[in-house]
Amino acid sequence: MSDLSGLYQELILDHSKRRVGDGALEAPHASHHELNPTCGDEITLGIRLDASGTKVEALGWEGDGCSISMASASALTELVVGTDTAHVRELIDGFRAMLRSQGAGEPDEDLLGDAIAFHGVSKYVMRVKCAMLSWVALEACLIEAEARATQV
Amino acid sequence: MTLDSKQSAPAPSRGLDVAAIRRDFPYLAQELNGFPLAYLDSGATAQRPVAVLDAERAFLEHANAAVHRGASTLVGTSTTAFEDARATVARFVGAGEREIVWAENATDAINIVALGMADAAAGLGGPEADVFRLAAGDEIVVTEAEHHADLIPWQRLAAKTGATLRFVPVNDDGTWGIDDAASVIGPNTKLVAFAHVSNVTGHIAPVTDVVELAHRHGALVLLDACQSVPHRPTDFAALGVDFAAFSAHKMLGPNGIGVLYGREHLLDALPPARTGGSTITTVTMESAQFLPSPQRFEAGTQPVSQAVGLAEAVRYLERLDMQRVHEHEVELAELLVDEVSRIPGIRLVGSGAGVERGALASVDVPGVHAHDVGQFLDSRGIAVRVGHHCAQPLHRRLGLRATTRASAYVYTTADEVRRFTAALAEVRPFFGVTA
Repeated sequence: MSDLSGLYQELILDHSKRRVGDGALEAPHASHHELNPTCGDEITLGIRLDASGTKVEALGWEGDGCSISMASASALTELVVGTDTAHVRELIDGFRAMLRSQGAGEPDEDLLGDAIAFHGVSKYVMRVKCAMLSWVALEACLIEAEARATQV
Repeated sequence: MTLDSKQSAPAPSRGLDVAAIRRDFPYLAQELNGFPLAYLDSGATAQRPVAVLDAERAFLEHANAAVHRGASTLVGTSTTAFEDARATVARFVGAGEREIVWAENATDAINIVALGMADAAAGLGGPEADVFRLAAGDEIVVTEAEHHADLIPWQRLAAKTGATLRFVPVNDDGTWGIDDAASVIGPNTKLVAFAHVSNVTGHIAPVTDVVELAHRHGALVLLDACQSVPHRPTDFAALGVDFAAFSAHKMLGPNGIGVLYGREHLLDALPPARTGGSTITTVTMESAQFLPSPQRFEAGTQPVSQAVGLAEAVRYLERLDMQRVHEHEVELAELLVDEVSRIPGIRLVGSGAGVERGALASVDVPGVHAHDVGQFLDSRGIAVRVGHHCAQPLHRRLGLRATTRASAYVYTTADEVRRFTAALAEVRPFFGVTA
């Protein structure tokens, strides 16, 4: 097996085909479109919070991109739905830190769960943006959704 | 085919002694991910022979001084080298010395024309600049296949002047012909801009036919020659184009320098969009008179050692003989098309076998994104370009978002092409995509 198995972990290839959360979310509290201009990959991600405005009730996305970007959106959906927004922020920060590690250190499995499969991506500097695409969209959604919740 | 890590000796090519050429390029001797590097990305940027690196270094060690400024012996030496470089490039493309303007790159060269035309429309330049003045009702024509560098400057020019931007339609394979051009070029056309050789499809434009048609309607023609000048004998005067642009780094030369070609009387009439030192004759507090071409466009400090390096790249190509370079690339283009066409389920963009194309092939691997294709090839030591290759509208027209492009040059071997196609055949199985 080539070195590629470090990048294309089974879990990533599996997520790129299963695509958990694939499909536009109805009546989102916030949605955000994110584009990677170097390759044209894009994603539109929407979230809905619960009545208290502190928990992610539902998440959906539509996207077109490489296996890394699509698998990342799928893994993100599994991790985030049903958790509270403070934890989602921790996840985003932890995921970003892992992808900026350039392969160094051990990822925080307690926090990131299955998403540690993306640790190998951090060694491929040109692919980090692919893995971050949906997470950047999620971060923007969260800010918008919470701002909206506090206005009400 | 097996991918052992021993590089077999390049087979003799009809046109070139590739084994000897490769010895001039230290870059090519390295490994990539444990395999001998197969550099198939020369369409994006070419590597440089030792002769070019040495020429630039020798200039900097012995002859560097502020060109066209002052009167010292040193300035004389550097200015002579700088202007000799211009003469060398001019000879290479069938131009006069005053018809070669240094730019930062080909994109910048196109912008010099587009911005100068916008200045003309804004009232700058005398009556001689009338030919550049656009207004509502005038039309700028480009093809649907253009690189963004030959599209966005014209979008901006149209927005500034009220002119309309129109598009030569391309076929489903991304190619186009003179009939397609004739369906758009007409009496309102003021400028036609298109690529000589497409950086995505390798399609070779019918340049002289388009020039004849455009000139019949009184329109100017600008040729994006980035993928032709490095690869085939190119004579702008014989082609009849009014302007052309190309980049040094795609023809074995340095980064940071490109070339704008223009017919002398047009360059002398085009308002200089960037102004400043060295472009003028007389300056008062209120206004300035500009020198003729090329100095009127070369404001500020120029890329002097880069010009010297580019001239050395030209001499290197001349020693190889551009006709032989062309024959070598025709051979590799045929091999690329032939080998790619044999892989089941792979879509080759552009025309198929039997039609001459530039020595490049962009492919779509259904079910696998181009980034993933490129990553797989990279793990096998094969360097290609992935993405939209700065041609989003063309990819959209082809129903694609991104493709994987292999492009060849003087140092490319048939063995490297076969390594590319052999690895390409393994991509879908690796990603678990079935036909």
